[in-house]
Amino acid sequence: MATLEIRDLHVEVDADGGPREILSGVDLTVRAGETHALMGPNGSGKSTLAYSIAGHPKYRVTSGSLTLDGVDLLALSVDARARAGVFLAMQYPVEVPGVSLSNFLRTSATAVRGEAPKLRLWIKELKASMAALSMDPSFAERNVNEGFSGGERKRSEILQFELLAPKIGILDETDSGLDVDALRVVSAGINRVRDLGGTGTLLITHFTRILRYVEPDFVHIFAGGRIVAEGGAELADEIESSGYERFLPAVTGGVV
Amino acid sequence: MTPVDTTELIAPEVLPTGREEAWRFTPFDRLNGLVSADTSIAAAPPWQVSASDDVELEWITGLGGARPLPEGVDLAARRAWEFAGGAQIIRIRQSLHVPETIQVVSNGVGGVVASELRVIAEPNSKAVVVIEHFGFGTHTDNVVVEVGAGADLTVVSVQSWDSTAVHLATHSLTLAQGSHLRHCVVTLGGDLVRIAPHVRFTGPGAEVELLGLFFATNGQHQEHRLRIEHSAPHCTSEVVYKGALRGSKTHTVWIGDVLIQPQAVGTKTYELNRNLVLGGGARADSVPNLEILTGEVVGAGHASATGRFDDEQLFYLQSRGIPSAEARRLVVRGFFADLLGRLNLPDLEDRLLATLDAELETDS
Repeated sequence: MATLEIRDLHVEVDADGGPREILSGVDLTVRAGETHALMGPNGSGKSTLAYSIAGHPKYRVTSGSLTLDGVDLLALSVDARARAGVFLAMQYPVEVPGVSLSNFLRTSATAVRGEAPKLRLWIKELKASMAALSMDPSFAERNVNEGFSGGERKRSEILQFELLAPKIGILDETDSGLDVDALRVVSAGINRVRDLGGTGTLLITHFTRILRYVEPDFVHIFAGGRIVAEGGAELADEIESSGYERFLPAVTGGVV
Repeated sequence: MTPVDTTELIAPEVLPTGREEAWRFTPFDRLNGLVSADTSIAAAPPWQVSASDDVELEWITGLGGARPLPEGVDLAARRAWEFAGGAQIIRIRQSLHVPETIQVVSNGVGGVVASELRVIAEPNSKAVVVIEHFGFGTHTDNVVVEVGAGADLTVVSVQSWDSTAVHLATHSLTLAQGSHLRHCVVTLGGDLVRIAPHVRFTGPGAEVELLGLFFATNGQHQEHRLRIEHSAPHCTSEVVYKGALRGSKTHTVWIGDVLIQPQAVGTKTYELNRNLVLGGGARADSVPNLEILTGEVVGAGHASATGRFDDEQLFYLQSRGIPSAEARRLVVRGFFADLLGRLNLPDLEDRLLATLDAELETDS
């Protein structure tokens, strides 16, 4: 069973006036089949954690470990991590002019699966996945994220999540900017992947809204660059009613 | 025809110093004397032309008469005219449609040489001419293209030179009433390549597309210097030049001068230049100039941007398992995709993509 293990992870970025630590000792284990919600206020470091796992060069790991089934992800390049089974659905996926979504997806699927999917089967697979996400087939011929609305970008990210079927999927604020219909469609996509059982999902969000559609097994509260509280779905309910205040760094001393 | 006194045509040369606007970007020390005082220039090997039988091919000699010096050309083009020893004429007769591409090959074998090519598309004719340059040597070319009324012509010039070649060329393009010209420049090889397309409209309602694709590496100097003179009403010009460049001392220059004369009412013109710097300290200059002397244009604009490889694009592609080299290839192919689509010459496109891929393989 696939297991992502994050141990005492410290990450810094270059800021004005020198390096600044964003993650200050993160411990987290995500196993295939599990759904974890990582919640926290703006600026708590949630996205930094997501990008650090994916290997964005801007984030420098200064100590700690990050392994997937015992493989040291920190020693792998961004693309090798993806081929090892890490997937990050981005909050702001970039445009890639001149590269069609279909070309991009097939190139990506070829890289991750280790061989080019047979064209006929691939077209069928792509069509079915797009239909399930209420995406018009013509979308595949548009350039990657170019002129996509916020909702379309998120659908496209979840489309990739489904097609690449990673061991670990990190979904960074996939719910932000979605109207209720889009949120339902996107959540259904996440649940389809989850129900296959081979993927561990780390759902990063501010809000509990998406958790009504994608039920978490574990909820982690993130503040000041580390996890400050953990629990089940009930913890999300508490956030919904009382906010993050009691978890903020100034008062986190006693929280285990 | 009255005999032409060539001594009168060959007015004393004015040698550029390199400080002139037209020459300020060009590295004189790499021109092998093409525009200096004491250069001896020989006639280049003849153009090799493959065309269907209904296309008329002719070699004409003498200066003036059927071989006038194109207006407003620089010293390099003037010397090409003077020393080429004659001109290869490709004539597409009135109303003739030529479905097969007319292939023209210039194969450089060294030396300092001049050549001239004239493509004459008579009224209502239609043809595609692809000129390819291979080999080495120092070349100055004069390419004259006349597009007759209602004619539809595509001219493509591909610079596939060896890495030592020097190539200066002026393309003098005249468009008569209601004609259409698609002019494409593809510059890949050579040490120094400087192509100057000059467009003149001699009748109303004509349309020109000037497309350019260039890829400069390893210290190459590639200069594309366009001039479009809107001197007739209701004409359209559209320029799209895109270049990628890499390596220290690599330098690309794009100049787009558009002049809209007072009589050219109803003009529509747009210029776009995009440069993608792939690293290594390469430098791109991009200078659009638009001078409008009439108040009645339909549209006139330009856009110019030079950017680096976008790290976020690469990260995005890599985060989907695509290895870095392939991600770069996707981004560069994507950058040129719309231009390649417009060229619409599948054979050429395949070769171009192969060349681009090969250039990207040699990572720097």
